Amino acid sequence: MTWEVVIGLEVHAELTTRTKMFCGCPTTFGASPNTQTCPICLGMPGTLPVINRRAIEFGVRTALAFNCRINTACRFARKHYYYPDMPKNFQISQYEEPLAEDGWLEIDVQGGTKRIGIQRLHMEEDVGKLIHDGTLETAPSSRVDFNRAGVPLMETVSKPELRSPEEAAAYLRAFRSVLMYLGVCDGNMEEGSMRCDANISLRRPGATELGTKVEIKNLNSFRNAQRALEFEVKRQAQALEAGEKIVQETRLFDADKGYTRSMRSKEYAHDYRYFPEPDLVPLKLEGAFVDGIRAALPELARAQQQRFVAQYGLPAYDAGILTQSRALAGYYEAAVSALAPGGSTASPASAKAVANWIMSELLRVVPGDDERAIAESPVPPAHLAGLIALIDDGTISGKIAKDVFEKMVRSREDARTIVQREGLTQVADTGAIAAIVDQVIAANPKAIADFKAGKTAAAKSLVGQVMKATQGKANPAIVNTLIEEKLAKV
Amino acid sequence: MTDPTRLTAHELTDAFRSGAATPSAVTEAYLGRIAKLDGKVRAYLTVTDGRARAAAAASDARYRAGKPLGPLDGVPISYKDVLSTRGVKTTCGSRILESWVPPFDATVVTRLAAAGVVPLGKSNMDEFAMGSSTEHSAFQLTANPWDLARVPGGSSGGPAAAVAGDLAAISLGTDTGGSIRQPGAFCGIVGMKPTYGRVSRYGLVAFASSLDQIGPFAKDVRDAALVLRAIAGVDPADATSVDVPVPDYAASLGEGMRGLRVGVLEYDTAGMDPDVQRAVTAAIDVLKGLGATTQAVTLPTADHGLAAYYIIAPAEASSNLARYDGVKYGLRALGKDLIDMESRTRAAGFGAEVKRRIMLGTYALSSGYYDAYYGKAQKVRTLIRRDFDAAFEHVDVIVGPTTPGVAFKHGEKEDPLAMYLNDVFTVPANLSGNPGISVPCGFSTSGLPIGLHLVGRAFDEATILRVAYAYEQATTWRTRRPELA
Ligand SMILES: [Zn+2]
Repeated sequence: MTWEVVIGLEVHAELTTRTKMFCGCPTTFGASPNTQTCPICLGMPGTLPVINRRAIEFGVRTALAFNCRINTACRFARKHYYYPDMPKNFQISQYEEPLAEDGWLEIDVQGGTKRIGIQRLHMEEDVGKLIHDGTLETAPSSRVDFNRAGVPLMETVSKPELRSPEEAAAYLRAFRSVLMYLGVCDGNMEEGSMRCDANISLRRPGATELGTKVEIKNLNSFRNAQRALEFEVKRQAQALEAGEKIVQETRLFDADKGYTRSMRSKEYAHDYRYFPEPDLVPLKLEGAFVDGIRAALPELARAQQQRFVAQYGLPAYDAGILTQSRALAGYYEAAVSALAPGGSTASPASAKAVANWIMSELLRVVPGDDERAIAESPVPPAHLAGLIALIDDGTISGKIAKDVFEKMVRSREDARTIVQREGLTQVADTGAIAAIVDQVIAANPKAIADFKAGKTAAAKSLVGQVMKATQGKANPAIVNTLIEEKLAKV
Repeated sequence: MTDPTRLTAHELTDAFRSGAATPSAVTEAYLGRIAKLDGKVRAYLTVTDGRARAAAAASDARYRAGKPLGPLDGVPISYKDVLSTRGVKTTCGSRILESWVPPFDATVVTRLAAAGVVPLGKSNMDEFAMGSSTEHSAFQLTANPWDLARVPGGSSGGPAAAVAGDLAAISLGTDTGGSIRQPGAFCGIVGMKPTYGRVSRYGLVAFASSLDQIGPFAKDVRDAALVLRAIAGVDPADATSVDVPVPDYAASLGEGMRGLRVGVLEYDTAGMDPDVQRAVTAAIDVLKGLGATTQAVTLPTADHGLAAYYIIAPAEASSNLARYDGVKYGLRALGKDLIDMESRTRAAGFGAEVKRRIMLGTYALSSGYYDAYYGKAQKVRTLIRRDFDAAFEHVDVIVGPTTPGVAFKHGEKEDPLAMYLNDVFTVPANLSGNPGISVPCGFSTSGLPIGLHLVGRAFDEATILRVAYAYEQATTWRTRRPELA
């Protein structure tokens, strides 16, 4: 039997504002417990929240990038449930009047692209973290770290328009790329900067009614999201084919064991008792504020990828890899423009050369989606351009250049400094190479004899010996020509 | 000179400037009186004598140098125990916060400290400001200085009794449904609720966030004007505070009644104390005699005010009080697991009235009931605001009784609904946000004070202070004082 898979995703993204959503505490990850707190984010009696304008700006920026309609009047609401990581036992969130609604995000699917609708995007505050002495079930006591409590969180809910676990993973990748390009989230799923819950149901192809949906929590990587959904597709299909009914419930994905399990109803059955947050006045987003953010929106990955193909003549594959992060794309363009001094246009050959070097060498050293690592790359764009320039002008061979690159990674020096200090300059002096060729021929009478006997491979061995004698510095094209000339005479 | 604890704040600072008295000497007089008489009144939960003496000494030095901080420098004050004070217990009259010591000051406390006041201590209240008699304090009953067998009103009974009993020159209370104006009336002093948004709520432990407002108790209208000026004004820490210029209220007090249009509130007299009705009618005649024109005013939706209030206030309270769970601060009861610990903490930490309102509010916000209760109450609130706006197109101030009756005896009103009726005249101004003031307007046949309630336009505290002042100066009620000794 075939089933149509229906998936909707809720993504929570921690925003990279300097301070928290409703107080002035810093948001740095990894500080010692409860050092980034104040009376407000600890929910002490008598404290009041004040909206972080920057977080709203980040939310609007994201909403515009997702093609959403910005609600000019939005407001915050209190969402109530008791949990000790939440200082006030309510979370300031948004309910009936979210920041933005009705947008879409384009994702790559087999054979093209697809628009996935975005239902809503709203702002809220993050909660703290519980640290258990052991597991939740067995811990004799637990401690609470409120450093994360109050960090700005943006929740984005997709429409149920994803049709496979692969599409869900593609959505998450595209989503993360947009956030990182906008500079509003660091996209680090291991540190919890991006967290995902999924709703999934199955139905008969062509059916218009949705099947009973199951919510899956705790999808903390693209891979886990896809694995969890793949498991769930199988589980639901088996159940349906066995004539069972799907129970509407929340399930937790166990990444170690690779399956989802039902959470006890107590863990999620809440009446949140939403009501408008009386401590905050409704937020009026003026047209000029939104227009200013719209005007300052950066070029996003998909647009940049298309431009790289058009402007630099790159294959779409290369452009895709280079636009995996804004930092890497920026690195690429900086290196290319360093190769085209004075505002001239880089040749398609050098633009492609830069792409090749980044893909084959730089990305072995620096992760392409790590903005910070790219910014702090041991080989900055100007150094990579300098290395490629030395190949182009014949100073070093491509083979030597790979060694030079390794040295650049270790020493952080530029290519020219290393090449000059270590005497790696390619020998292009025909006279000097000719002398070595003569020595090699004189020392290898057997090779000459073989050549005469018709073994042309002997010529290659002679070239190799000349290269060896020059420690690889001789220009291979010149060596080839000279050897051919000499052998023709013997 | 006369006993300085009888003087108003402005009389005290006059004496400080002339050298007839010093802040330290007056502070000692107050501390001595508290030591001697607060056992009878029980207005204070905490007396901060060390801080008071230090503040008074600093004030002495400023007067000696000829550089006082302003018209409240050296004036002894009491704070309702719902206002956060750095390093000083802030209990909200509740077991659950019995040992809570805030690490910060409320904005009003900071502003008054900058004005040079002398903090005598923290005064008693109904638990989390829920009540009209201060009988819901977890710690003690406060007596009305006019009759120790009677309540001072509530929820700000402690700060009201402190000023009425000359145990503080001025004090700050909070008013969510009448909690300043009603005890002001019961204790025969001036009590004022400013416009919602006029005074920062930062550091006020929330009962009902959209209704709570901080305001002064004072021995006369001029003192109330001086305190309001010191605490009013926008605060970046309170997003609901409003940036409207704060006028010099004391400067415009003497402008008189000429040209002012007084709206006389028409109200249902069923269940009213006839003494109160008589006093209010006489007070309106005084205002006419001072040159005011009068006309009848009705607030058609105000009848539903109490019902709407008892949805909105408990709903917000159920949310605001959710944080008291034993996890972070305050009382923690032992339990077999987390939920058990939280349940036991809240069971042991909250009193009956607070629990009742948490239950009411939780119900009103529940899924499926929200529209019928909270949603509808908000609609009533909008209508009441419109009623006031319509009335203020024709009049400058609305006058009526502050309360239906005078101070009742401890234990007299055990039925919660009878207690709630105390707020019938004061609640509408909380729902609409308008400013209100209660000023003494006479005594019942049994000798208990009666309050006249004046409500003004939003952010027009100046006019109700001016009317209250004109009335006060034309009458002699303020010369009658309770005798405690
Ligand atoms: Zn904070």
